[in-house]
Amino acid sequence: MEFKMNVGEALVDAVMGYAVVFLGIALLVLVVVLTGRIMSAKKSTPAPAAAENKPAPVPLTRPEPEAPGTAGDLKLYDTPDRDAAMIMAIVANELKMPLNELRFISIREVHKK
Amino acid sequence: MNILETLKGLWMESGFMGFFSGDGWKSLVMIAVACVLLYLGIKKKFEPLLLVGIAFGCLLTNLPGAGLYHMELWDEFLNEASPYYHSYGHILKEGGLIDILYIGVKSGLYPSLIFIGVGAMTDFGPLIANPKSFFLGAAAQFGVFFAFFGAVLLGFPGAAAAAIGIIGGADGPTAILTCTLLAPALLGPIAIAAYSYMALIPMIQPPIMRALTTEKERAVKMEQLREVSKTEKIVFPIVVAGFVILLLPSTAPLIGCLMFGNLLRETGVTERLSDVAQNALMNIVTLFLGVSVGATTVAGRFLTLDTLKIVALGLIAFCFSTVGGLLVGKLMYKLSGGKINPLIGAAGVSAVPMAARVAQVEGQKANPSNFLLMHAMGPNVAGVIGSAIAAGFLIKVFGA
Repeated sequence: MEFKMNVGEALVDAVMGYAVVFLGIALLVLVVVLTGRIMSAKKSTPAPAAAENKPAPVPLTRPEPEAPGTAGDLKLYDTPDRDAAMIMAIVANELKMPLNELRFISIREVHKK
Repeated sequence: MNILETLKGLWMESGFMGFFSGDGWKSLVMIAVACVLLYLGIKKKFEPLLLVGIAFGCLLTNLPGAGLYHMELWDEFLNEASPYYHSYGHILKEGGLIDILYIGVKSGLYPSLIFIGVGAMTDFGPLIANPKSFFLGAAAQFGVFFAFFGAVLLGFPGAAAAAIGIIGGADGPTAILTCTLLAPALLGPIAIAAYSYMALIPMIQPPIMRALTTEKERAVKMEQLREVSKTEKIVFPIVVAGFVILLLPSTAPLIGCLMFGNLLRETGVTERLSDVAQNALMNIVTLFLGVSVGATTVAGRFLTLDTLKIVALGLIAFCFSTVGGLLVGKLMYKLSGGKINPLIGAAGVSAVPMAARVAQVEGQKANPSNFLLMHAMGPNVAGVIGSAIAAGFLIKVFGA
């Protein structure tokens, strides 16, 4: 379509186009959120009556044995578990050593001064 | 048999002679441009997978007498008054090797196939975990419409302006598909501008990010994203494809293929197909796409003032897309009480995953313990969907 547009038309098309993108995305967000809610609601629905008749689980009286190669507790300061796991994996990878041959004593978040 | 006459005849018919007749010098200039592009692709690693192919296509098409690509055949193909209007048969009969490969671009086949591969390589998990980041993908389409408006001001017709604007979507296949449908004559410069600027994202974005955000905003650490279940990941492509295509049917080739590729990835029962889409299919199509797009840079059409305007508008489009994403990122920072780092807004320009990496690097400069990558991947993949919607709108409004 080889027609020249005037500036006013172009401005209207540009604003409308941007608005359509936002509107489309907003509706999509709504759909995605609703789908997520429906699915999480299904997941949290209690299992059928069979579960009610099930005997209560026996509490663990004995602490679980430590994994082989465990070298004591790791202290985390302002560091979530997932970040800590990632840091340890990166360090092991960089040092090219198996993770169970390394001992991490603590991981602390560095706060910028 | 006169040896001298034979040698003279060979010389006169050689491609070298072509450089000295008519506009032959323009071919020499284009060969130099091809060499610069090859240098950028090979030495500087600017999107090498596509730029090397585009540059070599540019080289081949500008060698006089090679006859691999015939612009005049495609002019007839597009001319409604020609007996060969929309005749692929004529192209197959008369065309050279690259004319035949170019059919895949013209028909919109290559960009769509590449989108299957892109979908198969994309993890939409961060986007599903934080659907708000969809808005950043939408905001970063600002450059598309800004550049469209700028192109109209510079005298481009509406359809051409739309094709130029989509460079701001920072999505190569989307730009190629839109341009093929709206302004095929501008395909060469638009594709080169789009891929070159995508490679330059680490240079284009950081100064804008630093100018529009404060140190405090850049240092914001975002909360861990929630786990996304496998079922959610399987349902996502089905829901998005159905919804977006119903809303804007002209997005069907891009969104349909993107989500189909993603479904192959997430089902867990189509690993072989997912693997082919991510690797073999993607590589083969990239190979054909690069060479055939590069071949459209015929000297007589490329060396014009319009090309310079497109290159300038492409840069403006990228910059303003980044600005749009950052401004909405700042708005979300305010609304969330400082929980959202506005830098992730800049990743809303697609360019997956380069733009997300830039957000990560800039965030970490402000706060060494900052890990924004996964948070930036949400807007980044939302940008792919956003640019497909923007392209769908422009195709709908300006398509024949």
